[in-house]
Parts: sequence; C-alpha cells; structure tokens
Amino acid sequence: MANQVTATRRPAQSGRDTSARNVKLAVLPPAERISLRAPAGAVEALSRALGLALPVRPCTSATAEGRTALWLGPDEWLVLDEKGGDLLAACAGVEALHSAVGISHRNVAIAVTGPGAETTISAGCPRDLALEAFSVGACARTVLGKIEIVLLRTGEEAFRVECWRSFSDYAFTFLDDAARDAAS
Amino acid sequence: MPQSYRLQGKGRLTPAKGLRFSFDGKHYSGLQGDTLASALLANGVHLVGRSFKYHRPRGFLSAGAEEPNALVTVQRDAARKTPNVRATVQELYDGLDAHSQNRWPSLSFDVGAVNDLAGSMFSAGFYYKTFMWPKSAWKNVYEPKIRAAAGLGVSPDQPDPDHYSARFAHCEVLVIGGGAAGIAAARAAAESGLRVILADEQAELGGALRFESGASIDGMDGWSWAQEAARSLAGMPNVRVLTRTTAFGYYAQNFVGLVERVSDHLASPGGALPRERLWQVRAKRVVLATGAIERHLVFAENDRPGIMLASAARAYLNHNGVAVGRNVGIYTAGDSGYAAAIDLKKAGAGVAAIVDLRDNPTGALVDEARSLGIEINHGRAVVRTAGKLRVSSMTIRPKNGGAERTIAVDALLMSAGWTPSVHLFSQSRGRLAFDAESRRFLPSDYAQDCVAVGACNGTETLEATVAEASKAGEQAAKAAGGKTAKAVAPKVDASESWAGGMVGSGPGAGPDDTVKAFVDFQNDVTAKDIRLAVREGMRSIEHVKRFTTNGMATDQGKTSNMHGLAIAADALGKEIPQVGLTTFRPPYTPVTFGAIIGHARGPLFDPTRRTAIHPWAEANGAVFEDVGQWKRAWYFPRQGEDMHAAVNRECETVRKAAGLFDASTLGKIEVVGPDAAKFMELMYTNPWEKLEAGRCRYGIMLREDGFIYDDGVVGRLAADRFHVTTTTGGAARVMNMMEDYLQTEFPHLNVWLTSISEQWAVIAVQGPKSREIIEPLVEGIDMSDGAMPHMSVREGKICGVPTRLFRMSFTGDRGFEVNVPADYGQAVWEALWAEGRKHGACAYGTEAMHVLRAEKGYIIVGQDTDGTVTPSDAGLDWAIGKKKTDFVGIRGLTRPDLVAKGRKQLVGLKTKDPNVVLEEGAQIVADPRQPVPMTMIGHVTSSYWSQNCGRSIALALVAGGQGRMGETLYVPMPDRTIEVEVTGMVFFDEAGGRLHG
Repeated sequence: MANQVTATRRPAQSGRDTSARNVKLAVLPPAERISLRAPAGAVEALSRALGLALPVRPCTSATAEGRTALWLGPDEWLVLDEKGGDLLAACAGVEALHSAVGISHRNVAIAVTGPGAETTISAGCPRDLALEAFSVGACARTVLGKIEIVLLRTGEEAFRVECWRSFSDYAFTFLDDAARDAAS
Repeated sequence: MPQSYRLQGKGRLTPAKGLRFSFDGKHYSGLQGDTLASALLANGVHLVGRSFKYHRPRGFLSAGAEEPNALVTVQRDAARKTPNVRATVQELYDGLDAHSQNRWPSLSFDVGAVNDLAGSMFSAGFYYKTFMWPKSAWKNVYEPKIRAAAGLGVSPDQPDPDHYSARFAHCEVLVIGGGAAGIAAARAAAESGLRVILADEQAELGGALRFESGASIDGMDGWSWAQEAARSLAGMPNVRVLTRTTAFGYYAQNFVGLVERVSDHLASPGGALPRERLWQVRAKRVVLATGAIERHLVFAENDRPGIMLASAARAYLNHNGVAVGRNVGIYTAGDSGYAAAIDLKKAGAGVAAIVDLRDNPTGALVDEARSLGIEINHGRAVVRTAGKLRVSSMTIRPKNGGAERTIAVDALLMSAGWTPSVHLFSQSRGRLAFDAESRRFLPSDYAQDCVAVGACNGTETLEATVAEASKAGEQAAKAAGGKTAKAVAPKVDASESWAGGMVGSGPGAGPDDTVKAFVDFQNDVTAKDIRLAVREGMRSIEHVKRFTTNGMATDQGKTSNMHGLAIAADALGKEIPQVGLTTFRPPYTPVTFGAIIGHARGPLFDPTRRTAIHPWAEANGAVFEDVGQWKRAWYFPRQGEDMHAAVNRECETVRKAAGLFDASTLGKIEVVGPDAAKFMELMYTNPWEKLEAGRCRYGIMLREDGFIYDDGVVGRLAADRFHVTTTTGGAARVMNMMEDYLQTEFPHLNVWLTSISEQWAVIAVQGPKSREIIEPLVEGIDMSDGAMPHMSVREGKICGVPTRLFRMSFTGDRGFEVNVPADYGQAVWEALWAEGRKHGACAYGTEAMHVLRAEKGYIIVGQDTDGTVTPSDAGLDWAIGKKKTDFVGIRGLTRPDLVAKGRKQLVGLKTKDPNVVLEEGAQIVADPRQPVPMTMIGHVTSSYWSQNCGRSIALALVAGGQGRMGETLYVPMPDRTIEVEVTGMVFFDEAGGRLHG
C-alpha cells in the first residue's frame, strides 16, 4: 500500500558549467551505465545483445545509437547509454558467462571541449593526450589530480571525463582551475 | 650618478626602456632586460649581502643560476615576500622592491661581522663541537640563536596569494639548455616533425653566447644567430620553446621535472597568470645541453664585493652594457680571463693588469691582450686583496714565492676554468668518469635514453659543439621514430675555447697558510676548513662535505664542489677519482613549494567527498566530522543543545521510536558470477554456500596472518550475486585485496567484483518504529516479521524507485537499511523523514551511531581492533565456519602465538562510579600500587556516556580479558586512578529480543 510519493532525481553537480577562453566545461545529463565483465567467449553474445561490437583492442571504444562501450581491461567494459536504454535488461537474457552491474548513479560525466581541452586535462592527467597517441574514440581509466577517472575522447577537441559521484565536485573544480591556466 | 657604469652603445638593451626599482629602500633606475644584478652594477652597487657564518660583505660572484652570494628578498606586497632570490636571475621590472638579508642593523654596518674577527672559533665542525652541552640548551638556546644569526632570508608569514599550475607533457625529444648546443640539437630534431621541447632557464635563448663576443655562426654574431633560431623554432608547430624554465630533476624513464617562471618578471602579473608552472615531461629521448659553469680561484680574501667570475663580467658588459669597474684586475688560470680583459679594454673600461698562473701563456688571446697594451703578469698569483665593502687592491707575487706587489683595482675578475654541468646527467643515474688530463668529471655510461652534448660533455670549441649537438638531435629524433632528413649543422665562423684551468687552492692558500680563501661562498667554507676535516679523520668526500658543509648551501656547490674535492684529495694524498664525487640530487636550483603543489591547494588540496544526503543534513543543522575524505553528519544539535545533549537525545529517540542515519559512505561491492559463493567462502571466515538468496550474514575478513581486516553485512541477492558491505574506511582497500586475491590466488573462479559504494545511497532506519516508517513507501516487499526476518534483503521499490532493502541492525533494535540509487538518496530520505516525524523519529549522526553500537558490544574495525586482534580476541569465534577447510587467514589463526593464553581480548568495562567516562586509549593495570613504570595489561578502545543505560560504558582490550569477568582493574590517570569492573561486552538488552521486534 504504497503512498503516491515519487522520488525526484537530484544528480550531482547538475547543470554546472563554465567556459574559459578555449575551453568549455559542462556536467552532462544522467546516463545509463553498467560495468560489464566477461571472458572473451562471451563477447560476441553480449555484443549482439547490446547492439554494438564490444571493443577488444586496449583503450578503444565503440559507439552505436547513443550507446558507447569503453574497453577498460581485458575483461572489462564501461557501457553507457545516453538515451536511457536499459542496459541491464539488454544483458539479462545473455546465457554466456558475464557480470553486469548497474552503476548509472555511481558516475558523473563532465564534457571538456574546445581547443584548450587537451591542455586542461593535461594539468592533472599524466597520459599522452596528443591526437596521435590518444585518437578520437580512445579511452582509458587514468587519474586527474588526486582522483581516478575514465577518459574518453569524443572529438578532436572534446573529451568525456567520468568519475565517481562524490569526486565530481573535485573533478569539476580541478578542471575549472586548469581551464583558466589553459586559457592564459 | 644614475647608471654611471652603463656604457653608451654597449650591450643589447634599449636605453629608452627605463625602469625604476629600489634596493634596501634606495631608488635606482635600470633598463628593460636587466637582471636585478646588472641594474645594481650599472649603478655601481656591488655590496648586496652578508655571508652566512662570518657576515662578511659580499657582492655578485656570477651572472647566473649558480650565484652563491647575491641572495635578496623581493617584495611585491605584504603577502608576496620571496626570500633568497638570486639577484643574478631575477629579471628587473618596474617598481621592483628588493632587500638584502642576513644583516643587522644595515648592510654596510652589520654587528654580526664580529664573527669574522673571531673566525678561528668558527672553523669547520664548530657547531658540532661547541653546542653540545648542556643538552637542553641545544633546543632552547643554541639552535634558535644560530638559526637567527646564520640566516638566509625570512620566510613569508602570510598565505601565498599567488596561484600555480601544472602540466603533464610528452615529447619525442626534450632538449635541456638553450645555448648553441641546445639550439642546434633542437633544430636538428625538429626537422623530423616529431614533438620537441626546448627548455632554458634564461629569459632568452643563447646560453654562453650572451657573453661570448668571439662567436660567429652562419654569418651572424652568436647572439643574433641564437635569437634568429629561437624565432624559427618557436614558429614550428611541433616545437615548444620554454624559456625561464629550469629542468630541476631527472627521474626514471626520461621523466623530467621543469619549472617555468611565468610571471615573476612582470611588473603587474595580473590575476590570470600563474606565478609558476610545473611541467612533468615524459620524453622518448633527452638531449642534455646544460653547458658549463666557470670556477673562481681559491686565494686569500677572494670574497670581497667586486670580485667575480670573468664570464659574469663579460655578460654584464656584452649583454647589459655595464662595466663592473673602471680599473679592473684579472686573475686567471686560462684563456677565459684574457677574453674578459680584452672585452673590457675595447669597451673603454680600465684594465689594471692580468695575473696569470701559467708560466708561459701563449695564443691569440694573449697576443691580443698584449697588443691592446694590457699588463700581463704570468707565473704570478693574487695572494691577498684589500677593501672593506668593495675590493680596492690585489696583492700579487710570483706563484712560488717572492716579492709582493699591490695593485689598485675596483673589481677583480677570476677564472679557474670551467666545470661541466653534469647535474642532470648524474641525476639520470648516468656514471661520470674523471678525465685526468682536463681534470674534470664527464658523462661516461648512460643509464637512460639521453645524450650530453657541448660543454657539459667536455666539448671545448663551438664548432665541435654545434656539430655534435646537430648530430645528437638528428639521432635522437631517429631513435624516437622520426624519419628525418639529414640535419645541416650550423656553420661556425669564429669560436672561443673553454679549455684549460686548474682546480684546488691557489698559491698563498696552501696547507701552511692561515688565510680565509673561500671555496664555498654561501656556506663560508675555506680551504683551511677542508684540510681540517681531513686532519680530523674524514676520508670520504661525503663526510668532508657534511663536516664542512661545503656544497650544502642552496647553490649546492655549483662553483665550489670541484675545488673542495681537489683540496681534500691533495690533503689525503690521493687522486681525485679515488676520493670520489658527492651525489647530485634534485632540484638543480631551488624550487618553490607552490610549484610543487600546483593546483592542489584550498578545495583541491584533497577531494572532499559528500553523500547524496549531505545537502539535507547541512540544511538541518548537522555538525560534520571528517572520516577519511568524507564529510559525515556527526550529530544534529537542536537549539540550545551541546554535543552531549544532542547525542543523548538521539540515542534515546532511536531506542524509543526510531532514527534515520545516512550510511551512504559504507563500502559496497557487488560480487557476481557462478563462483561468487566459492569466492566469498575464501575471502571471509564465515560459511556462505548455504546462505539462501534473500538472507544476510555478518562477515569477517582476515589478513593472511589471521588478524581482522574488515567486517560488514553481506546480502545474497541471488545464487550468483552478493551485495557486500565494508567499513567506510575499508572500502577501497577491501576491494583491492579481494581483486588481488582473485587475480593472483583464485584466478580459476568465475566471479567479478564491481564497486557499487557510490551507486547506492544508504539510509539506515533503526528503532522500534522503523518498519512503520518505511512500509507505507514501499512497493512489492512484504515487510512483516514472518516474511522479512532480521538479516534478510529484498529488492523492490520505494517511492517509485528501485531499492535493495536490508533488514539489519547496528543498534540492536529492529532496523533496516534502505539502499536507493544515489541520485534518489535525498528524495527518499525526505520521504522517510516525513514518515518518521509522524512516529517521533529523529535524524542521528555518527556519534550516536557509535554509542548505540557500543551499548550492544558491536565492534568497529580499526577502533576496537588495531591489526593485532583475531576473531577469538574480539569474541567472534562464532563467525568462523567450523567446517571450513580454507579461507584467507585460516593458517594464520593456528599460529602458536595466536592461540596462546593471555592474549589481549575485548571485554566490557564498567566504572565503579557510573558517572565517570573513561578516556579512549587510557591504559589499564591490575595493581595501581605497583611502582612506575607499571605493567600495563590493556587499554580502553571505546568509551561513551550511555543515556540508555544511565551510566558510562566502555570496551577494552585486556590481557586474558575473557577470564577476568567480574575482576576489578584500574585505569591510572594524571589526576586520579579510576576503578573499573570487567564485564561482558553487551550493556543493553542482553537477551537481544529487541532485534526481532
């Protein structure tokens, strides 16, 4: 006999954005996410179920229909759906060995765009982010300052920074500080 | 006499670009492009500092980063006071305000100079020998006084208002040093199109070409060639030229730290620019073109203001257009002194005489000096100088003894030769070899993918330098994967040589001379001090260094190390390589804390983690406590309540009605896979295979050694899925340990771990009314006792959103933990709060949570355990699966000392006086009358006032505690001894009926 109360969603850092010369930062709207773990033998079945080919080359991603799979390890993917598709349901019917865990609320995403995007992220990320070394679609679990992030290059001058919810304030504040230097 | 030492038509600065500045409150003018040093010299100011120990007047020794003497404080405003700035590298800006250091009451009259008269007292090792007794005086008298008297500048006393930034950068070729060698290497490497970074510490590229008047490249004078090259390099998209940037540290795998001084040279830096920027560069190949540093000569009183390196005087003359004197003496061991004399003479400055240690100097420079009519005294040495605040004369004599002659001078230039700057090469772990002929250490065996070129590699002419550097740049690019066309080396038309010189003490400063012949200017170390160290038994150069402090000042012995080594070797009767060389350590020059910290200050010092429910707690008056990086609601005081009143009320309310508690920070791990139960069996002491889906169990995790590592409630969601909770502090390390075992010990298991700590917000609703509060909001879950007993978990909906609803308790009362996706955390909390208020519930914080669990004897890992407590010690034997044959720590538990009698065990303590609350950490003894130091048999781990029990309660680790029930023990405190009784750990509802309703 449930009451008619329906909980409203309050995403972390919702709507926060900033722009400096050359760089724009924006907290992205919520997305559906799963952490997908599976051995090589299950990749094909899971790819079919998700409607995209799970990437098997290190640090690459695959995108189809608003859905992106990021290779994070030999048996690990972060799968995003920006159109609200139910990723857990998509995997639920797969018989092949795998683990799918819902983490939609665990992560917050920040878009870093503009000619200074690469420099901004380089303030706290030790990876080589030159286009030749980290091309469009490349992804990595790495660090930003003192926190762990997952970094995805969405365009020549565009990145998606994913971090855990409680680190999102730090991530945004760090990028904001770095963006100022990238603009100076 | 404004800038009366500035020569018309000399130097490269523009006379129209005048700047004003002040030194010790006196106003001067200088030119754009000056350093503070060159501007002061243009005004005839040589006296700029007092030495560290003897407070001797000092002037500029150098024109660069190696400067040991001219340390000043530069002050922009009350908060921006930078001490120990080298005036030789500080660029002049309009309004620059500089102050001398280490003098009182003034620079020209310094009381501390009495130390100089008492110099024999202050010999090497003086501090070690003198300030030994009484011991207490070291801390209270000697150290503070010595620190105050033997001073560098004063640290700023306000927070640094500037900001600093950081960049990671990657390149195929990093070239360090922007002199002729570095430019040639960078140009050759850049041909490949690969990424090249060229870093140089000066404002403009050029290096030694700044002062070398005799260099000509590609038909241009050396300096113009360098500027032309700098422009073309900066225009290449694959090249980054970083000026004002010092490579200070060379770390593993070609990781090099650079610090860029972004705005210290600007009159008004403005808010946008960082003061400094730290570059952490990873390079495929490194080219070291770090040049060489000229050495002074070691002779009596070689430290008076006006006595400086020959190359420094040339830099001031040829670049800044400043003559360092009008009647300049030159004392040299090689050709470099001649070049300085010739430049000065040609510029119209008076040259008093050249004193050359060599018996029969020959060559083009000698001939030219002679033809210019400069007096040359060969085979002679300067043995003494005079002049109080500035050198006024030099006394010379034949180097093997003979008649002395005094020559009036107003400046004295020295050159003992050049020391290759092998600091970064050495930091890279490359091995140096001593070249006996040139008496210098040169790069020998490389440890990393780098190459040294030019003067730092011992290459002596400009032709050879640019040829070598061009080739190195080209090869570095090729090795880094570039397909480069053959680089064309710049064509050198005229060149100077760096060869020759001597190391060690000069005539008149030998073992039999009791004179102050300075080796290390900044630390006031003389040749005599080094010989004393050897006489006192120091054999290793590392010991000589520490005993004398030679090379230990902020300049790290850039000018002094080779002389110190040679003098020590001579005193030991050994060759230089047998005595060795001290280690080069980063940083090459001092680096500010700001540059190292970069962005990590204020809110970015460390991440502050807040839960989804934090805004509600903040709005409702919570006082927060820091738990690791988390902010957790500590207690919720109402108006007029102090902490105790609030906590007492919260504890009472939870047991009478109910309470809401934000438990979101708990670590949570989802363990999924067909072997999930097998994995749980191995990681926890408890049995899991038979736990039904929908039920929970309290689990204990051990380390391999058998001690408790973490604990938490685990719910089985399905045959192949567990929802594991960990302590807040253990979240990351438990996940790491599990993953570690899974990958290394149990890789055969089909199971995966995912951190879900932040996926779920957790709202604990605890107390007799908890079910009534939750039930109206829940869909699809039967919460009756029959359907959902204590220690069960259900999935369903609450407030229309998914929930994992646990029935579990950390209070001993009926309780639930509502897990909802984090973004819904606050909304669901608010709905539960609205329901809770109908039943008289309160919000409670971590303090009440601690008290409530202690009333029930529930332990907190890390508070009641300390890494030496076994499950048995904690009274948790029941949590070990008796039939299990394996789990992490099972063998550790059978170690003889872990099953021995008399181990410290967790027990309850009740004070005889119920109103006395013990102090956590207090020691426990059996007999308070025994003599001090007493035998301590345990300590208090948790202690609180319990409003629900109407008395104080405590948990303690006590030797053989479980066998001491009812015994009286004692807790000695500074003011009294507290009597306690050993009890069980459960203080409230011992039968445990409240858990079930």
